[in-house]
Amino acid sequence: MTFQTIDTSLGGSVEAPSGAALLRRGVAGAGRALRRYGLLFGFLAFWQIGSSLGWINPTVFPPLDKILAATWTGVVGGALLDDIAISLQRSGLAFAAAVGLGIPLGLFMGQIRAVEQALDPILQFFRQTSALALYPVFILLLGLGEASKVFVIFWATLFPILLATIGGVKEVDRKLIEMAATFGASRATIFRRVVLPASVPSIFVGLRLSATTALLLLIAAEMIGANKGLGFQVMNAQYNFQIPQMFAAILLLAVLGLSANAALVTLQRRLCRWADLSH
Amino acid sequence: MSVVEVTRRGEVTVRDLSKSFTLNGQRLNVLRDLQLDVQGGEALAIVGPSGCGKTTLLRVLAGLESPDRGEVLIDGHPVQGVGTERAIIFQEPRLLPWLKVLGNVSFGLQVRGTPRDSAEARARHYIRLVGLAEFEDAFPRQLSGGMAQRVGIARALTVQPEILLLDEPLGALDAMTKLTMQEELARIWREEKVTMILVTHDLEEAIYLADRVLVLPKEKGTVPRLIEVDLPRSRDRSDAHFVEMRRRLMAEFGLH
Repeated sequence: MTFQTIDTSLGGSVEAPSGAALLRRGVAGAGRALRRYGLLFGFLAFWQIGSSLGWINPTVFPPLDKILAATWTGVVGGALLDDIAISLQRSGLAFAAAVGLGIPLGLFMGQIRAVEQALDPILQFFRQTSALALYPVFILLLGLGEASKVFVIFWATLFPILLATIGGVKEVDRKLIEMAATFGASRATIFRRVVLPASVPSIFVGLRLSATTALLLLIAAEMIGANKGLGFQVMNAQYNFQIPQMFAAILLLAVLGLSANAALVTLQRRLCRWADLSH
Repeated sequence: MSVVEVTRRGEVTVRDLSKSFTLNGQRLNVLRDLQLDVQGGEALAIVGPSGCGKTTLLRVLAGLESPDRGEVLIDGHPVQGVGTERAIIFQEPRLLPWLKVLGNVSFGLQVRGTPRDSAEARARHYIRLVGLAEFEDAFPRQLSGGMAQRVGIARALTVQPEILLLDEPLGALDAMTKLTMQEELARIWREEKVTMILVTHDLEEAIYLADRVLVLPKEKGTVPRLIEVDLPRSRDRSDAHFVEMRRRLMAEFGLH
C-alpha cells in the first residue's frame, strides 16, 4: 500500500546553492537584520550623535564611546572585576538555591493535590508580599552581610520557578497519562516518562522569569546595603558624579541579563526541540 | 506473517454488567445487565447513539473503569484494572510530542521493562506494517492526522495484545483518510489474528470491519441486539449484500 500524501519536506534534498542564490540569501539576511535591529541601531546612533552635538545633555547622557571606554577600563583594568564577581556570586547562589528548591517542590506539589491545596494559600500570600519590603526583616534576621542579600534574591526568585513548575505538572494532558497507564506503566514510570518531559517547557518559562527576577533583586539589594557589586557601583558612580562609570555598570548589568537569558534559551532549544519554538 | 502465538485466545466474556453515572444529582443507568461473548480472533463492532454507553463499555473492558455489578472475563479470568493482554487505540492518537515516531511506538514495551534495543526492533516491524517506515525519526507535530493515528495503532500492536480495543479510532479523520484506514485495519486484523472490539458511530465502518455488530439502544429497557455480518471478506461497500446489511442496521435506529 502506498500513500500519496506523504510529506516530502522531511526527506527533501537540499541542492547546492549557486553564487547568485548566495548573494540573494545574503541580501535577504541583511534585510532581516535591518528589520530586527534597525530601530535599536537608530536609537544608539541618535544617542551618540545627539550627545556629541549637544542636542541632549552630555553630562547626564555621555556619548556612547565614553561609556564604552569606561566599561573597557573597568573590565580590563580590573576595577569592576571584583564587582562583577560578587554580583555573579550573589545572584548565582540565590538562583541556584531557588531552582534547587523550586523545581523539586513544584514537581511534588503539582503531583499531589492535597499538598498543593494546603500550601497554595500561604504561597500566594508570600508571593504577594514584596521581597524588598521583607528585606529589612531579612537584615534583622541575617545581618547586613552576604546572607541577607542572597536570601532576599532567593526569596523573590523562588516563586516564579515554583509556580511555573506546579502549573506545568498540573497541566499535563490527562489523556497522555491515561494512555501510559493502559500500557501498564507504574506511577513512577508515568512521572518520569510523561509528567516530567511534559512539564519541561513551563519549567523553562519559570527559569527565565526567575533569572530576570534574580538580577532585578540583585541590583536593588546592592543599592540598599552593599559596598561592592554592580548595583553598588551604579549608585556609587552617581554619588561621585562619574556618569560614564555609572552607565558602564548599567551596561554590564544589561549584558549579564541578556547572557543569562540567551543561555537559558539555548538550553531550552536543545531540550525542547519537539515543542513549537515560534516565540 | 503473524507474530502472535497460536496458543493465545483473546476470549472476552461479559456477565451481568451494569454501570451507572451520577450526573447533576441524577442517576443514569448507562449499561444494565449486559451479557456478551466474544470469541478469540473475532471482530466485534459496538454501535449506538451517543450516550448509549458504548465508550463506557469499552472503558470497562479496558479496565479503565470498574463496573457497578457484574464482571468481565478474559480467557476465563476476571479483569482487574488494565492488563497487558489488552491494548487500546483512542480516538485521538495520544502521542508523546517529545518522542519521535520510533520512541512513541516502542513506548508501550519500554514502560513494561523491555530493553530499549529489542523494544525498538519490534517497534520498527509495526511501523513498517502501518506504512510509516520513512517517518521513524519524525516528531508527532510533523505528522498529519491520519499518520499520527497510524502511529497510535502501531504502538498498540507493538505490545502484541490478544485483544485490541478501539474507541472510535477513525472518528476524527477526514472521509478519504478514513476509507484508507478502514482497509488498513481490516488487513492488520487479518494478519495479526487479534480479537478486535471497535466502538464506532459509523455503521458502514461497523459492517466493513466486524463479524458481529452489537447495537446498544438509547431507550432504557430495550435490550441490546447482536447482528451477524455474514459477508465474505474482503468486503465491497457497493456490493448488494453490503448495502442491504447497511439498510438493516440503519433500520435498527429508525433511519431509512
